[in-house]
Amino acid sequence: MDYFLSEEQQMIVDVVRQITDERIIPNRAELDEKHEFPRQILNEMAQADLFGVPIPEEYGGFGGGCLEIALTVEQLGRGCIGVGTAFAANFLGVYPIIISGSEEMKQKYLPDVAAGKKFGAFGLTEANAGSDASGIQTTAVLDGDHWVLNGTKQWITNGGEAQIYSVVAITDRSRGPRGASMFVVEEGDPGFSCGPKEKKMGIRASSTTELIFKDCRIPKDRLIGRAGTGFITVMKTLDLSRPGIAALGVGLAQGALDEAVKYAKQRQQFGKPIIAFQAVQHMLADMAIGIESARAFVYSAAKHIQAHPKDMSKASAMCKTYATDVAMKVATDAVQVMGGYGYMCEYPVEKMMRDAKILQIYEGTNQIQRNVIGQELNKEYS
Amino acid sequence: MKIIVCVKQVPDAKDVRLDPVTNTLAREGVESIMNPYDQYALEEGVRLKEKHGGEVVVVTMGPPQAEEMLRLAISCGADRAVLVSDRSFAGADTWATAYTLEHAIKKIGSYDVILCGKQAIVGDTAQVGPGLATRLGIPYLTCIQKVREENGKGLVVERMMDDGYDVVAVDYPALLTVVKDINQPRVPSLKGKMKAKKAEIERFNAEDIGADPACIGLPGSPTKVVEVFPPEARGGRAVLTGTLDEQLDQLVDKLMPYL
Repeated sequence: MDYFLSEEQQMIVDVVRQITDERIIPNRAELDEKHEFPRQILNEMAQADLFGVPIPEEYGGFGGGCLEIALTVEQLGRGCIGVGTAFAANFLGVYPIIISGSEEMKQKYLPDVAAGKKFGAFGLTEANAGSDASGIQTTAVLDGDHWVLNGTKQWITNGGEAQIYSVVAITDRSRGPRGASMFVVEEGDPGFSCGPKEKKMGIRASSTTELIFKDCRIPKDRLIGRAGTGFITVMKTLDLSRPGIAALGVGLAQGALDEAVKYAKQRQQFGKPIIAFQAVQHMLADMAIGIESARAFVYSAAKHIQAHPKDMSKASAMCKTYATDVAMKVATDAVQVMGGYGYMCEYPVEKMMRDAKILQIYEGTNQIQRNVIGQELNKEYS
Repeated sequence: MKIIVCVKQVPDAKDVRLDPVTNTLAREGVESIMNPYDQYALEEGVRLKEKHGGEVVVVTMGPPQAEEMLRLAISCGADRAVLVSDRSFAGADTWATAYTLEHAIKKIGSYDVILCGKQAIVGDTAQVGPGLATRLGIPYLTCIQKVREENGKGLVVERMMDDGYDVVAVDYPALLTVVKDINQPRVPSLKGKMKAKKAEIERFNAEDIGADPACIGLPGSPTKVVEVFPPEARGGRAVLTGTLDEQLDQLVDKLMPYL
């Protein structure tokens, strides 16, 4: 379907599509098997200026908004959401600086991010604080001109590969939700280290590690925004980044459908290609309906968010929930359509199914998303 | 460094179709691309510029639609693009093409190195690079798989051979034709595409380059394509048996009627 993209938006799609077709698709199986970080591919994306897409122009970026990032990430998702996650998580780590950082902080970090010279990561989750983010235990104490961080973050995407980490820590427990602050921790800061890479069901190209802070000393000016605004920045960051996850889902689902249709057209059973059977056709049709409706939803939500940055939580949560649920279903159905072949590692859909599951879990589980939507509905109607 | 890259727009190899009426390549509805070998030449030129400073000028002899390919070249790092286009260039074979490019390059000015793809996928002659260099009176090296060094007055390169490669040094000005092993062409960048959209493509016609009408296009072509046809599928084959001498005798008998 034609979404009447602008010339610049189409330019972005064309560049990413070429990278996906020429660099990601031929290498995705190997990256998955070796749990290998796609540094080469990310470097090429940097050279193609893709890391500048959502960075404001005054910091060397392209000045694109939510829709431009969704378009980028959708194409990546069609190739491999492991690579897509590495790319998207970079912005998760950088949005806090854009949303709440001082001008000095933006000048310090954003140009390097736009040029792809430095990657970001977002450090919120802990072993005992996932959906209940307020349960974080990592602390930050002011000691003269430095903040000292202590604690451990878990399952941080781009851990060990990023240079800039936006980390949430409790600065004043007595103030409850207003007692957390966000900081920029840099690779190499004393007392900061990353754990080993986790072995995961899917998105294996993406690096997931612990972040360990043992009396980690960082200069005072690394505080993002004002002390106590940590969770507000977190919420705003997630609102902005969730459509990206939704777009990853749309891309993955599209890639899965492409494989399933191609296969169904050439696989002969009972004297005909299996696409001739209604059972298969109906599955493919439902997959296509899911994908197109998810895509239309993501694009609309992205445009809404660009126009109404103060009113984005519900749109963001809805499109993330829907598109990622669609992605899981479509990937599973693609394996089913491809039968025994779909189950084999030689074919790409088993990886897509393994990959897709995380979309319903990270950046806020789809259950949390539904909480957000419910709460927003409650507010709207009062 | 001043680098000139010669590029050619060709139909996408996947879509080769013959027009049954004219017996020439059907161009309508067939996507045009930059000749693959030229993409590698362009990438090498851009890499040299990025490493040593300078300018990459991309030049093509082609119809007006070749402008699209030149914009693609700019989006991949070329600084200037020249479209050498004139009705009278039509029908040119490699001789006339080399003549035309020679005159266009003389108009562009001085340069250190000219880069070309090894051959164009349409004619597969690999003649224009060497022909152009000969006309310009500069040394040329073909089938270059790697540029090892740039030392300010020339290059040290690896030239692919059947059984390995030679390492050759050549002083500027020189022409190289490159093979696909030399690099991996980059994807256009967003800034590149924006630049390409606004870029001004210079145009030279036959008069601009001071071309003699007798030396360009069809009139200037000693070879003429008389007919293009797909080969007839022939199913028949014979296996020759006997001693080698007996087989050779049989082979000669079979070939004689065709000579």
